[in-house]
Amino acid sequence: MFEVLSNEILAENLHKMVVSAPRIARARKAGQFVMVRLAQGEERIPLTIGDADPAAGTITLFIQAIGASTRRIVDTEVGGFIRDVAGPLGKETHITNWGRVACVGGGVGTAVLFPLVKALAEAGNQITTIIGGRSSRYIILADELTPLSENFLVTTEDGSLGTKGFVTSPLGEMLADPERAPQAVFAVGPVPMMKAVAELTRKQGIETIVSLNPIMIDGTGMCGGCRVQVGNETKFACVDGPEFDAHLVDFDGLSDRLTSYKKEEALRHAATECKIGREVAR
Amino acid sequence: MSNKISAKDRMAIKRAEMHELPADERSRNFEEVNLGLSPDQALSEARRCLQCKSRACVAGCPVGVSIPEFIDALASDDLPRAAQVLRGDNALPAVCGRVCPQETQCEALCVRGVKGEAVAIGYLERYVADWAVSHPDQLLRDDVPAATGKSVAVVGCGPAGLTAAGELARQGHSVTIFEALHDTGGVLRYGIPEFRLPKEIIDSEVAVLLGLGVTIECNVIIGKTLTISELSDDFDAVFIANGAGLPTMLNIPGENLKGVYAANEFLTRVNLMEAGRREDCSTPIIKRSEVAVIGGGNTAMDCVRTARRLGAERAMIVYRRGEAEMPARIEEIKHAKEEGVEFIMLTAPLAIVGTEDGWVSGLKCQRMELGPPDDSGRRRPQPIEGSDFELPAGVVINAVGTSANPLLTATAPNLALNKWGNIVINNDGETSIPGVFAGGDIVRGGATVILAMGDGKRAAAAINEYLKRKAE
Repeated sequence: MFEVLSNEILAENLHKMVVSAPRIARARKAGQFVMVRLAQGEERIPLTIGDADPAAGTITLFIQAIGASTRRIVDTEVGGFIRDVAGPLGKETHITNWGRVACVGGGVGTAVLFPLVKALAEAGNQITTIIGGRSSRYIILADELTPLSENFLVTTEDGSLGTKGFVTSPLGEMLADPERAPQAVFAVGPVPMMKAVAELTRKQGIETIVSLNPIMIDGTGMCGGCRVQVGNETKFACVDGPEFDAHLVDFDGLSDRLTSYKKEEALRHAATECKIGREVAR
Repeated sequence: MSNKISAKDRMAIKRAEMHELPADERSRNFEEVNLGLSPDQALSEARRCLQCKSRACVAGCPVGVSIPEFIDALASDDLPRAAQVLRGDNALPAVCGRVCPQETQCEALCVRGVKGEAVAIGYLERYVADWAVSHPDQLLRDDVPAATGKSVAVVGCGPAGLTAAGELARQGHSVTIFEALHDTGGVLRYGIPEFRLPKEIIDSEVAVLLGLGVTIECNVIIGKTLTISELSDDFDAVFIANGAGLPTMLNIPGENLKGVYAANEFLTRVNLMEAGRREDCSTPIIKRSEVAVIGGGNTAMDCVRTARRLGAERAMIVYRRGEAEMPARIEEIKHAKEEGVEFIMLTAPLAIVGTEDGWVSGLKCQRMELGPPDDSGRRRPQPIEGSDFELPAGVVINAVGTSANPLLTATAPNLALNKWGNIVINNDGETSIPGVFAGGDIVRGGATVILAMGDGKRAAAAINEYLKRKAE
């Protein structure tokens, strides 16, 4: 049993939960995730470890509550318990000093990006962080990311905050300017966003890393459900990833497999107001 | 011998027949198929045992159960003693009585099988083990030795780990099992369906171990949450039994279509997560009326029979060799056939075909014929040119096998592995790291529950010796 120590709402349907998990807090590195199961009978859901405090024995989870299971998780009150938290899983992010790095986050992907930005900043990189969302209500962690970034840019689709448009616009401008072009790009967000970023950086051959969120069951490489095509190889996101070379990932295949349970999810959620197809990991 | 009965009468008793749920009823639910023997059947079957001097059956048992002794006690209607003997040798008798391939092990060597039918040792084992579970107040207590003060970490709560834990606890060692998943049993729970092994059987066997003082910590992934070197520091010995949890991919086109499962995923969803079995289950599963399962082992049978229970009208086994070459237990094949499973033999998959929107629609296959024997001694299948055809299927399940999962071994650089990634051990089950032992599928590759248990038992004995030496 893992005690919930805090639970705050960062944005619509987005919660930040601090959970007591001393062993995971000690072992965890940037880029890794945990498998969470709220209670007996519930789904196992992969959630990125947003942050950890080894001394306090806690991990921070950012949870987008858009499906029945994640909503039940975020409904857990402070002092309540999550039955199962297992990890840290996945490979840690390869952190080095590239020089200039662009970190691009979309929606809840920003929460996944946060520990990477932190680790990249600690390694001495000059970071431009670009965060995008549908509107200002979906822009999260700005206060946390700003001090870690040399440049901090926001885009919203409706123009309610920052530049109107998509994250690819400011990134494209950076790439076009030899003075500002990054040596590496990290992108985490919806699959179409990560695909667009990969296409943008491909021409210049800039190393681009994405963190993928396929459907998982065990998270330890046992079931093969999270397989994605990377180059000509089948990779398991849970053990070989979750981060991969964006220029090799088959994003269309990933997108398609993410819809595997759309119908089942819709049926299950028919009784609720939720209209979203599947439980989005992290 | 206490059960006085003439040899002639003994020889005249017919082998007991297992009562089963009718096929048309069971093929749509997850109730256990085999119902067990009645007390009269068990007594009569026990009296078929000749109590021969050769004790060949014991040699056929990977954990060396004192088979004639427990059967003798049963024949004398002394169930408490029968249970004591059985449980003294076998940490998971109710499991073994259900899933062991007795027909190729103990029963294959039974002298009564030479000129007739072997004693139904598996049925009797199950009978005694189930009696023990339902009569805890009548069990004879073994003396547990004084605590040795030594501690052992067991990695993995599957058959090898549970067996080793039980053996070590009975020696007075303090044992902690670390399990990666959220529940106990390993493959017994995520892999073997309830219609073969009900979950309460696993729970009751685990409860026996907890009663011996074994600690089980779920949600701890060795190699991730803790490392082998941390375990070596904190415990006097370590036993690695984390299984062969890595699916072998088919590497044919279409494998990433929606509706293609590796057996591990399909079975884990249904068995561990209960997908498709309860209306309110949170974990989804794709159900289709036509399901093709590729492979011919017990896992393939488990998948196809599960698919049938989830509602498939056509549940098919697609296997590249013939039925005689199938590695599955005869009983599993028989049960599957009774339940309406179609066996499409001498057929190899070439590609999984799909719809425009990415769903599986069928399996492109090729007919095979058997040529001369290969390295495994089985006749090698060869393709018949021009025999391609397409089998309609909405779900395709790959049950061709599993291999060593590198999650743990990748983080233990001093642990010697073979070229397949399996841990290398010496005759005592010890790995290249002193005090760290290993057994089960992580050493063997995909094998059976009972072989893993045999490894657990042998490793426990070696660990016990190691700890004694260490104490001197």
